Amino acid sequence: MPEIKHKIQNTRERKMASICFYFQVHQPSRLRHYTVFDKGDQYFDNHKNGFICRKVANKCYLPANRLLLKLIRRFEGRFKIAYSITGTLLEQLQQYSPEVLSTFDALAETGCVEFLAETYYHSLSFLYSHDEFLEQVNKHIDTIESLFGQRPRVFRNTELIYNNELANLVESTGQFDAILTEGADHILGYRSPNFVYRPQGCDKLKLLLKNYALSDDIAFRFSNRGWSEWPLTADKFARWVSEVNGNGNVVNLFMDYETLGEHQWEDTGIFDFIHHLPEQILNHQDNDFKTPSEVVASYEPVGTVDVHHLISWADTERDLSAWLGNAMQSNAVHELYRLEERIKKIGDPKIVSDWRKLQTSDHFYYMCTKYFADGDVHKYFNPYGSPYDSYINFMNVLDNLQNRCSPNETRAGSAKLPTNSTLSGLQPVS
Amino acid sequence: MRVFMLGWEFPPFISGGLGTACYGLTKALDKLGISVTFVLPTMVESEYTTHVKLVSSHSTSTTGQYLRQSELKNVSFRTIESPLTPYSSADVYRQRIEQILRQKQSLKSSQMSEMFVGGTDYSGDMYAEVHRYAAVAAESAEHEEFDVIHAHDWMTFPAGIAVAAITGKPLIVHVHSTEFDRSGENVNQVIYDIERQGMERADKVITVSYFTRGIITSRYGINPDKVEVVHNGVERNDNGDWTLAQTGITKDERIVLFMGRITMQKGPEYFLHAAKKVLEVVDDVKFVMAGSGDMMHRAVEMAAELGIGHKVLFTGFLRGEDVNKIYKMADLFVMPSVSEPFGLVPLEALGHDVPVIISKQSGVSEVLTHALKVDFWDVDEIANKIVAVLKYPPLEMTLRNYGNFEVRKLQWQESAHKCERIYQELMVAV
Repeated sequence: MPEIKHKIQNTRERKMASICFYFQVHQPSRLRHYTVFDKGDQYFDNHKNGFICRKVANKCYLPANRLLLKLIRRFEGRFKIAYSITGTLLEQLQQYSPEVLSTFDALAETGCVEFLAETYYHSLSFLYSHDEFLEQVNKHIDTIESLFGQRPRVFRNTELIYNNELANLVESTGQFDAILTEGADHILGYRSPNFVYRPQGCDKLKLLLKNYALSDDIAFRFSNRGWSEWPLTADKFARWVSEVNGNGNVVNLFMDYETLGEHQWEDTGIFDFIHHLPEQILNHQDNDFKTPSEVVASYEPVGTVDVHHLISWADTERDLSAWLGNAMQSNAVHELYRLEERIKKIGDPKIVSDWRKLQTSDHFYYMCTKYFADGDVHKYFNPYGSPYDSYINFMNVLDNLQNRCSPNETRAGSAKLPTNSTLSGLQPVS
Repeated sequence: MRVFMLGWEFPPFISGGLGTACYGLTKALDKLGISVTFVLPTMVESEYTTHVKLVSSHSTSTTGQYLRQSELKNVSFRTIESPLTPYSSADVYRQRIEQILRQKQSLKSSQMSEMFVGGTDYSGDMYAEVHRYAAVAAESAEHEEFDVIHAHDWMTFPAGIAVAAITGKPLIVHVHSTEFDRSGENVNQVIYDIERQGMERADKVITVSYFTRGIITSRYGINPDKVEVVHNGVERNDNGDWTLAQTGITKDERIVLFMGRITMQKGPEYFLHAAKKVLEVVDDVKFVMAGSGDMMHRAVEMAAELGIGHKVLFTGFLRGEDVNKIYKMADLFVMPSVSEPFGLVPLEALGHDVPVIISKQSGVSEVLTHALKVDFWDVDEIANKIVAVLKYPPLEMTLRNYGNFEVRKLQWQESAHKCERIYQELMVAV
């Protein structure tokens, strides 16, 4: 990689390069241990969710918010960032760590922080129900506006899942100027992610692509002592960013917010790195920071990007196999969305809310068997001992939810075991 | 490389895991071109009819006898006439001797008295017999050429020690189970002492799991540096291409299978209590307990006491085609062992496409990822998982497919390679 960057540097003409920092901020509502013998409608593990929420608040959200606030104030409008905070997390913060909300509010007040839109429940709803998808997006926009006083104009889908159809749907709402996704090699080919593009079939919507190489240098490689570039300093990173000059307009650094202090612990020096980064970036005269909306306002699309098959920012495959890669996952998600009509007809707010919290993609991620045998990052995020345990738990909860949707049907006595025809209900995910 | 192996049981006489393991390992060593002199106790008066011609002298043999199996090129057999059988207790042993004596009496009463005359006759005392066996084995070893001695479980440890003392060759004791696994905390001191002496006198101790290695170091005080783990493998199952129709079984009920000795160690009562819980929510299911053992009658009574007698079938000990048949019928295999050094049966079940629930207190849970794992005492969770497998077909499907694939990777070849390395290390040391 350094060699390539050198070549780029040699041929560059001096032009501006903007850094666009966007952090995904999310925690799921984890389920409690729920056996087939459980009957109650309390599905979520409040104790565990509260514990994790407070833990991550102390390790990441609070120190990172305060650091970034300090930097924004110090650079007087020249350092900018963007967040997407899911509804499931906002609810937990309200309950368990309201002080975090205050610091987000303070960040919003600076005018240097943009909040993006996504599905309130960090769901895969786009794949299964456009109605549900749009309802969740609107719920999220309304929530953000009421909390932070700004109505999001840029959309990012759960896990940066994306295709042409999504872009067209998002454009058709008329509410958005841009959409974000992964700058995956297989959709770009020889092209660079450091430009603004137009999604295939869209007239107005712009597309911002994650520069995964530079993003992952921070998010994944930062503390890796086996990496030839370790230790990564702000100075070095700023040099790499500057090398983009002349070969792009914007470097989109998209990552989980939990990178700061939770995935990369404090003792790795991550906060120190962030602390010095704005200074080092701005030392290069040609560089600046922009929020996604400012990027959209500053640059015109240089071309169209055509994405037929769904992509995401996950794993090396950059596809959906982490959530929908095996029969258990697709079964669970199909059974869940099959309830949509019934649940909306009943309209009980508690049932609707429970159903939607079950849509959070993490529940399906826990069922992933892809890297199971090897041990992997998947395990780090998994509250279950195995994907099988998470599927069993989820299905037991879903079974109870189903019963709540059909109170008139007699379900007393023994459950009838399914026949193989249940399996034919499985559809491949398109 | 030549190994003097003090083992147990060869087809078709295999009655349990120890024999299966000795056979699997020896076959794989043979394939590696390692010469094995396999010494085993046999009784021609066995209740089983012979399929292979076993040559055994009518009086106690001091030189052993040759048993040839054409499939094994590098293995020669020496049989020593002895009523020792694995997993025996002193009481069972005494009963067996009495039975043999009665048989002999009816055949040729004149010779009966010889049984107790002279020091070479086997005695009614199992512990004395173990030492007599050791003396005969040591005598026969004098006529053999070999590099290392490899003894399997406590009954052969005195023989291993004796052969090592006479020949000066390095001794490896292979621990497939300990007195703590078989008897819980009611340890038989005589057996414990023999086990510990074997491990202390051995140059190397092989255990079948880290679980057992932990017992060896904590309960027997053996230096951990001396103990190596060699996980068992599993034989490829080639009986997969016949259909249920051929068995004459009609399948309108689901079958949950317990297979193994019905003894304290295997946790039959946890199986029955879980069955009781399962039947509270699922009706069309039967529980089959295949095996025999000293808790068999207790288990039958317990099923009746729990009011589920009509739902629990006891088949007694199964072998050969009956084993294949029962796997074909089973929808799920459960091994709730209290203490299981390894546990080959779940691998067999997976090899027959039957998904498995296994106790976390087992060695096999160290090598299987695509299995449901439970604490043996957690009856609620065992029941929860049984119901889940019966109720959610994608779970059964995923466990079966991935589990079967995983089992294929657990080859005896791998275990044999590790043994070979251990042999070589010991030879270098000498």
